[in-house]
Amino acid sequence: MFQYSKTLLAALAAATTLAGNASADNLTGDLKIFLDTSNPAPRATMEAMIARFQAKNPEMNIETTVIDREAYKTQIRNFLTANAPDVATWYAANRMTPYVNAGLFEDVSDLWAEPEIAENLASTKGAMTIDGKQWGVPYTYYQWGVYYRADIYKELGLSEPANFDEMVSNCEAVIASGRKCYTIGTKWLWTASGWFDYLNMRTHGFDFHMQLARGEIAWTDDRVRETFANWQRLVDLGAFVDDHQNKDWQQSLPFLVSGDAAAILKGNFAVAPLREAGLTDDQLDFHQFPAITPGIELAEDAPTDTFHIPTNAQNKDNARAFLRFVVSAEEQTEINNGKNLGQLPVNAKSSVDDDKFLQKGFEMLSTNSPGGVAQFFDRDYPAEMAKAAMEGMQEFMVFPDNLDDILERLEAVRQDSK
Amino acid sequence: MFPAPIEKASRGARITYQTMLPFVLVLWLAPLIAVALFSVRPAADFTAGNYWGLPSSWEFIANYGQVFTSSMPRYILNSFMITIPTVIGAVALSAMAGFALGVYRFRGNLILFFLFIAGNFVPFQILMIPVRDLTLDMGLYNTKTGLVLFHVAFQTGFCTLFMRNFIRALPFDLIEAARVEGIAEWRIFWFVVLPLMKPALAALAVLIFTFIWNDYFWAVVLTQGEAAQPVTAGITSFNAQFRAMYHLMSAGSIIAALPPVAMFFLMQKHFIAGLTLGAVK
Amino acid sequence: MYSWYKRNQIAATPWLFLIPALIMFAMYVIYPILQSFNLSLYKWDGLGDAEYVGLANYEKLLLRDRAFEISMWNNAKWLAFYLLAIPGGLFIALFLNQTVRGIRLYKSLFFFPFVISQIVVGLVFTWFYDPTFGLFNAIIGVVGLGPVNVLGDPQLATYGIIAAGLWPQTAYCMILYLTGLNAVDPEQIEAARLDGAKGMRMLWHVILPQLRPATFIAFVVTIIGALRSFDLISIMTNGGPFGSTRVLSFYMFEKSLSEYGFKMGYGAAIAVVLFLLMLIFIGYFLWRMYQDEKGGH
Repeated sequence: MFQYSKTLLAALAAATTLAGNASADNLTGDLKIFLDTSNPAPRATMEAMIARFQAKNPEMNIETTVIDREAYKTQIRNFLTANAPDVATWYAANRMTPYVNAGLFEDVSDLWAEPEIAENLASTKGAMTIDGKQWGVPYTYYQWGVYYRADIYKELGLSEPANFDEMVSNCEAVIASGRKCYTIGTKWLWTASGWFDYLNMRTHGFDFHMQLARGEIAWTDDRVRETFANWQRLVDLGAFVDDHQNKDWQQSLPFLVSGDAAAILKGNFAVAPLREAGLTDDQLDFHQFPAITPGIELAEDAPTDTFHIPTNAQNKDNARAFLRFVVSAEEQTEINNGKNLGQLPVNAKSSVDDDKFLQKGFEMLSTNSPGGVAQFFDRDYPAEMAKAAMEGMQEFMVFPDNLDDILERLEAVRQDSK
Repeated sequence: MFPAPIEKASRGARITYQTMLPFVLVLWLAPLIAVALFSVRPAADFTAGNYWGLPSSWEFIANYGQVFTSSMPRYILNSFMITIPTVIGAVALSAMAGFALGVYRFRGNLILFFLFIAGNFVPFQILMIPVRDLTLDMGLYNTKTGLVLFHVAFQTGFCTLFMRNFIRALPFDLIEAARVEGIAEWRIFWFVVLPLMKPALAALAVLIFTFIWNDYFWAVVLTQGEAAQPVTAGITSFNAQFRAMYHLMSAGSIIAALPPVAMFFLMQKHFIAGLTLGAVK
Repeated sequence: MYSWYKRNQIAATPWLFLIPALIMFAMYVIYPILQSFNLSLYKWDGLGDAEYVGLANYEKLLLRDRAFEISMWNNAKWLAFYLLAIPGGLFIALFLNQTVRGIRLYKSLFFFPFVISQIVVGLVFTWFYDPTFGLFNAIIGVVGLGPVNVLGDPQLATYGIIAAGLWPQTAYCMILYLTGLNAVDPEQIEAARLDGAKGMRMLWHVILPQLRPATFIAFVVTIIGALRSFDLISIMTNGGPFGSTRVLSFYMFEKSLSEYGFKMGYGAAIAVVLFLLMLIFIGYFLWRMYQDEKGGH
């Protein structure tokens, strides 16, 4: 039914001479794992990790299925009910809600009560919690922020902005040099909501952002308008590349590569394609989205990818053992390093790869994000609200004058989904 | 003949017409020709902004070769494995149903006939959720079989309309004569009617082949991923993979379009006979 | 059993021949239609239990849903402009209805767009309209216009997609008319010529009445094509920019099965509205067929 990748795990595991603590746990029985990590690099990373788990449990019969990442988003609805694996990947926060509410994810609060996890994974506990219980474990996350062309900034004598006014004045200088400040492709909408996340969290703070997500604040509230007013300063400047409404995010990258745009607000996953396209680490740099309202604590977007145990799983003990293994300090160090996922480990005892952007991101999230960590707009906001809002944001970026109409529309959606 | 035959017109008019033809054709097919040209360009032409000039080098083999080493052949194979059984199934079911409705007079005949026609024009969307659930329940979600079963059922409406009208136009005396001979009804179908229906069968087969090959909606609703998806859906994930590599996307699109085009040129007469059903009586 | 069949052969055979088709048809077409009607009265996310909400979905859809309103308008645009394929097809058919050398090949090549899948047509036209490298801007640039971002402009995008849809549909209508023109009675034309009729008068008073069956079929397939439009929208704009190119069929899919969807009951309600809309045309078509049947036998 799915694309099977029954790797000869046993053979692979035997070949993987992992030094040190391959101390055998010797669990037996079956373990069926569904992964959405279909891109080549993450796929190899996950398969290698499973092979190491196999090495610790040579008697266990592990079956891994990799499903196309986009297809997975709809297939999960089918297999959680009809054909449940023992472990499945997914996303944190509100994206879990439908499955938690439908009783399809197992409550794993017991794992989170274990000291090993309780102490080392505390920072992501909130994102895994619904109704006071935890419904899975994270395995990786990554920072968002402004990736900019350091060489262009240098040429124009600009430095990383410390506040929003500097961000705007930098932008004016960039535009004066015949470039655009930010490249973006909003065809699939979510990129626009990254801007909203930051502008809103910087203008009114993390708690306000989450209240809006929970539908506790009207979209027509003046505070929401303030967020959009800040956004409009950039839009009115002509900060963003033209025709972004029919480009996807990959199609927006060439502007940064060619130097026609000076920066992009994006997750760390943009680094790999930008490097591939020829930008060196001297040209490309990273800075945190600057403060807007003084005194508001900085909060960051750091989407977290997760593992869950379906309620209908057959081998929940093995699944729990696997989840413990995934979040262990060594595995977290290994799978998130630059050769593998190239993202951030969730375990506080893990070490972060010495990649420039990962280091900066880790430092930012661990020392300079006192306000909290959000999961990203379409993971934090309920699906219907997210869709309507992202569409409105795309429209706002093209026709800022439509703002009143857009906000009224969004408010109607909020009222309806109450 | 209308309009008046051009060969009766003046020499000048004739020459004008003859030279206009290729010109108009190129205009008509311009978007397609553009894509065909894209598909043989090197990637460098796109970065250099050379979209409409001659390709700086002809990369036919390199570009198409790359398409063939991707998952495209897999999708094309899926398309064949979905399309061919559907054609056979739909033609077989509708030949039988058309025979029943065209030859026999019984109560409800016309109602059933109209039911098939109406079903043929129903918007797919109203079937979508229930058919998806049904396919899931049968364990056929994301399988070619699930897609084939649905296509057969849905196409039966159109095919029955076609077959029934065709059988209606056959000389009824032949069937009467066979009955007088005491030949069993199913043998009449098999030995008398079916041989006479060959042109209709061919026309339908070609037509259904094209319809099913080009289906996208149901491919998206009932399948996911390269294990079962046909090429219409596959081309979108192919494009996601080779994003912004317009030379490869173009080559992929051209390849996806080829089988029905080939079918059309080989079976043109039948194809048009199928399409114009009812238009000319 | 066998002897019973022997005796009732004429009565039983049609049913035996109909059974397979009827079963399939009932299972995959008739029953799902009823199920959709039923589902439209529920609130269901496709996972948990469905909750009966009566006509609430329709109430929201018809009274408070701007996206639905936009979809209806776009459907109306599709219906109106898609019909241009009929005169367009007639025009090309008249142009090609000659017997010069190689005309058969020309006719085939003109028909070409219809054979290609709408997905490929959609891709081709997306690139055709591309604001940076599209042929469209290159062409209107020659006369000093543009550049226009057709698919990025909410006012233009739907027309841009309809134009892409007209391409294969015009080819389809062209074939219908070419075949129709073949069957036009030459004696009537000659008689009309002797009466001095030609050009537009001839077309209007002599040719078109004879082409009525072709026009009818062209009308039916074009209307149905317009209401079914999904592939092109999905490929070219995915409903955007900001939802301005949605039509009912696309909106229904979006609400039910897309990433932010899974409102199954609501989707079903949209489908029911679309179905009722289509039923007007189906009813008209069946009525015409019924008249034919009565006249024919």
